[in-house]
Amino acid sequence: MAQTRRTLLVDPLVDNNPITLQVLGICSALAVTTSLKVSFVMALAVIFVISFSSLFISMLRNQIPSSIRIIVQMVIIASLVILVDQVLRAYAFEISQTLSVFVGLIITNCIVMGRAEAFAMKNPPVASFLDGMGNGLGYGLILMLVGFVRELFGAGSLFGIQVLPTISNGGWYVPNGMMLLPPSAFFVIGLLIWAFRTWKPKQVEAREFRIQTVEAH
Amino acid sequence: MTDHPDTAVETGRKGPIRRFLDMPPDTPAKTVFVAVAICLVASMVVSAAAVSLRPLQQENALRNQRINILQVAGQYDPARDVAEAFAAFEPAVVELETGRITDAFDPASFDDRAAAADPELSVALEDDPASIRRKPRFATVYLLRDDAGAVERVVLPVHGYGLWSTLYGYVAVEATGNEIYGLQFYQHAETPGLGGEVDNPRWRAQWNGLSIYDEAGEVAITLARTPPPAGEEYRVDTLSGATLTARGVENLVRFWLGEDGFEPFLANLRAGEI
Repeated sequence: MAQTRRTLLVDPLVDNNPITLQVLGICSALAVTTSLKVSFVMALAVIFVISFSSLFISMLRNQIPSSIRIIVQMVIIASLVILVDQVLRAYAFEISQTLSVFVGLIITNCIVMGRAEAFAMKNPPVASFLDGMGNGLGYGLILMLVGFVRELFGAGSLFGIQVLPTISNGGWYVPNGMMLLPPSAFFVIGLLIWAFRTWKPKQVEAREFRIQTVEAH
Repeated sequence: MTDHPDTAVETGRKGPIRRFLDMPPDTPAKTVFVAVAICLVASMVVSAAAVSLRPLQQENALRNQRINILQVAGQYDPARDVAEAFAAFEPAVVELETGRITDAFDPASFDDRAAAADPELSVALEDDPASIRRKPRFATVYLLRDDAGAVERVVLPVHGYGLWSTLYGYVAVEATGNEIYGLQFYQHAETPGLGGEVDNPRWRAQWNGLSIYDEAGEVAITLARTPPPAGEEYRVDTLSGATLTARGVENLVRFWLGEDGFEPFLANLRAGEI
């Protein structure tokens, strides 16, 4: 693998994005993207967890028995997640209340586990740390994009600051309530995947099968 | 986390740790050793974080609760120190059944949430409109007194189930015992933008000045499907798109202000006996 440190960090942003290309971590992307502020904190939390879990797992990779490697990875990831949760509750109380269970659910985020198993178990610590951070950033980027669309059209605000004055506050904008419900995140992510693949046609997967044409006799 | 070197350097003399690290990772002894070591380190990190941050977390929770009490009673000023502003309130534990303030508990340490779950201090509900299962027999209320020492406003804790979550909040009632000053929830997990609009200041403002009881003494507050005309005495415009949350709010307000809730206390307040 001839990956430079730069590509480790930059590749997962667009070319190998964990959400839009690998379609991982969708669950939390649906749940926490109703507002930008929450998306931003969630993205920071995931970047922290994934970077350091990759670092520690990579440091220990030659010592971890393969029979219990998943559990060992989980313990490391879970400890970091609890750490983040505790720190948020102490220093960012309001945001931790809105994030509630979703910080805890970072433990089960496929991206974190995926990087631990696919990259950190086979690569040296610094490369793993950068790879983790890159994937965290790629996840965060999508989270922010989805959060931007959902908060703008669902609540008429960005980072809680009113941009489109809504009817309920005496303005003209009728908020699109569907944007605040989880299914809308599916639509936004779907549109993002379409946009990414139109921009980078290499990401389009080959068809698994082709429907046979019936020849006329 | 422990920092192990990546490659074992071959030397003539090896310490016990070095020998362990050099063991192939898949032997049973090594597996147990790694499992125990990881668990130990991880649990130490987690408990250290939990213990060292607990005072800050408790302070946050307390501050948040006090800000909500100040806000619901219209006494919140962001420029003022919360603890200082909160000193204007006198906490008191009320026995719900009699509606009298009791000295049996210290209001500073009385835990409403724990009391609601304690079989000694609560009763199971058969008719349970607010879906709270058990009703505490005692509750902490906050009395706001004016300069002359007369009660000006009281802040009552309320809770009940909405759509996804139990909503915890406060109702502020004027000393007349029949006029609501404000309603505010400090903890809930309703859908942001729909049920979460219970936090919208414009919606909350409608509660100000509502009357609680009609001439027959029954709780008359309802959430109306069509916007009530200005000056409406008992009705609040409901939350569109949040039928279940709104129903929950209506039920919990009616329950807590009714005869199972704070009605006896408010009756005493009206009679000037508090």
